[in-house]
Amino acid sequence: MSNIIASTAPKARQLTPEEIHEIEHEKKHYPYAQAVGLEALKIVQKYQGWVSDESLLAVAEYLDIPPDELEGVATFFNLIYRRPVGKNVILFCDSVACWMLGCDSLKEHITKRLGIDYGQTTEDNLFTLIPVPCLGDCDRAPTMMVGNQHYRNLTPEKIDEIIAEYRAKG
Amino acid sequence: MVKITVDGKVFEVDPNNNLLQEILSQQEDLPYFCWHPAMGSVGSCRQCAIIEYANDEDQRGRQVMACMTSPREGGRYSIAAAAKFRAQAIESIMTKHPHDCPVCEEGGECHLQDMTVMSGHTYRRYDGKKVTHTNQYLGPFIGHEMNRCITCYRCVRYYKDYAGGKDFGPQASHNHTYFGRFQEGPLESEFSGNLVEVCPTGVFTDKVFSKHYSRKWDLQTAPSVCAACGVGCNITPGERYGTLRRVVNRFNHEVNGYFICDKGRFGTGYVNSDERIRVAMTRTTRDANPVLTDPAAAKAQLLSLKGKAIGIGSPRASLESNYALRELVGAENFYAGVSDVEFGLLNQVLDIYQNRPVNIANIKDIEDSDAVLILGEDLTNTAARLALAVRQSAKNLAKELAEQAKFPAWHDAAIRQLAMGRKSPVYILAGHATRLDDIAKKVHIASAQDSARIGFAVAHALDASAPAVSGLSEAEQALVDSIAADLKAAKRPLIISGTSSLEPALLNAAANIATALFDGDKKANLALTVPEANSLGLALLMQGSSNTLGKALSSGKKTAIVLENDLYRRAPSAQVDAFIESLDYLAVLDSLQHPTGEAANLVLPAATFAESSGTFVNYEGRAQYFYSVFKPVAPILASCKWLTEGKKTQEITAQIAALLPNGEVLNKLTPGPDFTVAGMRVPRQQHRYSGRTAMRAHINVHEPKQEQDEDGILAYSMEGVPALKDSTVFNTPWAPGWNSNQALFKFETAVGGPLKQATVGEHLIVANASSKSWYAADVQQVSGAGYRVVPLYHLFGSEELTARSEAIQAKATSAYVALNPADAEKLGLGVTDGVQVQHNGSVPVLLRDSILPGSVGISVGLKGLNFQNMSATVELNKANDWQTPKDWRSSNIIVSDKRDI
Repeated sequence: MSNIIASTAPKARQLTPEEIHEIEHEKKHYPYAQAVGLEALKIVQKYQGWVSDESLLAVAEYLDIPPDELEGVATFFNLIYRRPVGKNVILFCDSVACWMLGCDSLKEHITKRLGIDYGQTTEDNLFTLIPVPCLGDCDRAPTMMVGNQHYRNLTPEKIDEIIAEYRAKG
Repeated sequence: MVKITVDGKVFEVDPNNNLLQEILSQQEDLPYFCWHPAMGSVGSCRQCAIIEYANDEDQRGRQVMACMTSPREGGRYSIAAAAKFRAQAIESIMTKHPHDCPVCEEGGECHLQDMTVMSGHTYRRYDGKKVTHTNQYLGPFIGHEMNRCITCYRCVRYYKDYAGGKDFGPQASHNHTYFGRFQEGPLESEFSGNLVEVCPTGVFTDKVFSKHYSRKWDLQTAPSVCAACGVGCNITPGERYGTLRRVVNRFNHEVNGYFICDKGRFGTGYVNSDERIRVAMTRTTRDANPVLTDPAAAKAQLLSLKGKAIGIGSPRASLESNYALRELVGAENFYAGVSDVEFGLLNQVLDIYQNRPVNIANIKDIEDSDAVLILGEDLTNTAARLALAVRQSAKNLAKELAEQAKFPAWHDAAIRQLAMGRKSPVYILAGHATRLDDIAKKVHIASAQDSARIGFAVAHALDASAPAVSGLSEAEQALVDSIAADLKAAKRPLIISGTSSLEPALLNAAANIATALFDGDKKANLALTVPEANSLGLALLMQGSSNTLGKALSSGKKTAIVLENDLYRRAPSAQVDAFIESLDYLAVLDSLQHPTGEAANLVLPAATFAESSGTFVNYEGRAQYFYSVFKPVAPILASCKWLTEGKKTQEITAQIAALLPNGEVLNKLTPGPDFTVAGMRVPRQQHRYSGRTAMRAHINVHEPKQEQDEDGILAYSMEGVPALKDSTVFNTPWAPGWNSNQALFKFETAVGGPLKQATVGEHLIVANASSKSWYAADVQQVSGAGYRVVPLYHLFGSEELTARSEAIQAKATSAYVALNPADAEKLGLGVTDGVQVQHNGSVPVLLRDSILPGSVGISVGLKGLNFQNMSATVELNKANDWQTPKDWRSSNIIVSDKRDI
């Protein structure tokens, strides 16, 4: 059993110079290297799109944190992606205000348009759909984010426009 | 102490403890999950909710968590008034928990079952879907069933925070919180087995037990003592159908508290082994096949050797068995069954304990220490339970900081936040990196001789009248000054050393430091580890005699009786070969087959610790009595019964009591053979024990007479008064409503404190020296061609008996040498090459950064190399035609400094 595990166990990859540069910058803000764990994961995700086992091991090694501890951090935060995501992550708000203004039917609309449910990625790898509890924009509900862009007062038409826009970008 | 009222009952309680602990100490029932007496409070499970009233007029009160509240003078509380909340809290927890009690191994001793019933949540209204998790393979010891988890976080708090494990943790959040490893694989901590007892339900189970599972109430148990090392942890082994099924911790606040190591818990498989000697055998010549012999005739043959034979004792046999052999052959013909070097060291340990002004440290002393110096011991591998205690001592600074900040010591999470990783000083001087290095203020890698020199210098720095050493380097002197300053500043300093480095000067240095710390009033703590369960007992029985094993081997006597000992593990192979060759007649009593037994003319099947009663003396000189758990299958008998004619074990104990100075304490270890409770003996089986008639029905439907224990006290039966408060012998804790091991508090004078019944053992050694005297700072440097030998011990594999258990073998490896990468390069060795060790064949090599250049670490006791054949230095060469042995598993060697890529 242990032999099988040893042969399939992931190994740390090399962090890129850009990643190291940014992690080093963050380290200056904290008393311990270990405290940079979450920031380092965000940096890696920024460059890689998600945090693979190899990336997680690389960060753990670089900061001298046991991988088991860093995994606790990585899995605690929903927005650290431990599985591959599409090029554009749609964070779709499904909390109270958006729900009152009909986000359920909007979600259905997205699902029909893109052919994906929560947690899934389109075949062309362009979109991943993920629910979020609140985007802090309840007075302009329903809302969602695509990448770093915030979209408000959503309607089915508006959603079609947004999808078309990102498809055009490729 | 403050006075509080709980539901109208008035109690005097300690305000420094939390209310939950104090309420339990008063024997009241109050449910809890996340709190643990050894780990303090975090207030996460909401089960110990009570109502606190502001004053006598307050009718409404406010809800508080008892574990997070300090008792206040005149405080008025109610457990009953918060019953509804607790029932709701547990109902919410149980929405995640499966209905699998009938197939769950925890069933019948499950804290969650107990608390659910106690809280009144007896009907489940939730009929929705439950979360399901993927379980992990966690190695040969621990089973994993995450679906049962109630997220109390006890496992993490134990494994990471208490035991210092790094390869386990919590993952994700809310209703999909997961407790496991980053990738599945064997848990690395040597104390992982305690998870089984720490988990309040069946997430972590004993995998060895799982293979031959039985409910708690169907196990026959007895108070026993672990035979796997010199610490002497108290254990409760359980038997059914004639096989030993499992071992759990038995609380003794002075020896092992709530926890034991994995070797003790999982290392008893040898009791059921196919390699057991189960019949009496005779051989005409050394090479002849053994012939089955009538046990009575074999015994007569053994006893007829009286006056003719020499006897070789054993550090793993009971005091009683050693004494019985000594009586048979006569004291002048009784020889120590340990290597000559070890015998010298054991006598030196006795001398230090008896004649130096030191306090022999028990586990509590170790945990309470606020500065620790470890001299030349790889504690995790030689006396694991002490390593876990040292790990706790490093947290004392945090407790002190908490006291200064005026918040209570039980406030676990807060204290850790406050300390931010700051620790009480622990210094480790060793021949290689150890598993405690992560808590050390300073790790100094040096030869045992250089460590001894530094030790002597520390003593001199503390007390100028202690002998000085010259020629220390600047770095060494700085280390000496730092150690001396920290020990001096400490309120409760502790020195740990032991016999494992095989260096007498180390023991002397440790003694000098402890002596130097003696201020005429308060003695410093000193703990000297010894290799085996009864090493010190054997040394005490030898009473300063010069009958070393070396003398026995060259005594010229033609007849010998060897007691529970494989001489090939005690002396160089050639010397033992010659000895056996020179004998006309060799009798061996032992439980497992080994090379010495295979050359014997008479072989007698001896009982293991689980099937016999007797006394072990641990590293402190503490004598502890262990009771047989089950009756061995005839003709297997305890060695002391083979060697004597119809004597009860305690009659032999009484004879030893008369022989040894201070020996009379031995008579206090048991209540005596005639002891009864309500006219009956104390049962080994619980009152719920099932199948007494049915379990033999396939042989005969007539129920046979219960097995008799002629030693008295305990009965192989369910009849009698079980381990309740009026019985002096404490077996398995159980109290109404408390079926799990958490029932323990019902038997403690206060939570974490001494038990109301049972004994913590008796000190055979009187340590009342009160004047300072010094050992000379003499250190014999090793010289000779080749590499200097550093012994490497392994918790899993170095000990003879446990190494014959399947579970331990899965975590062990065969023999090897460890070299510094630079030396390996010089010898032209890669990680897959073998090394020829002088004239002792070839073994694999492990590259370790912390092995000093010019030194070689050589595994002790592992299969494939007799460490006794090594001289102080050995020649090494690259092996030709090398083939890696199939049981070489470097992945089982968990050290921080190895290079295996």
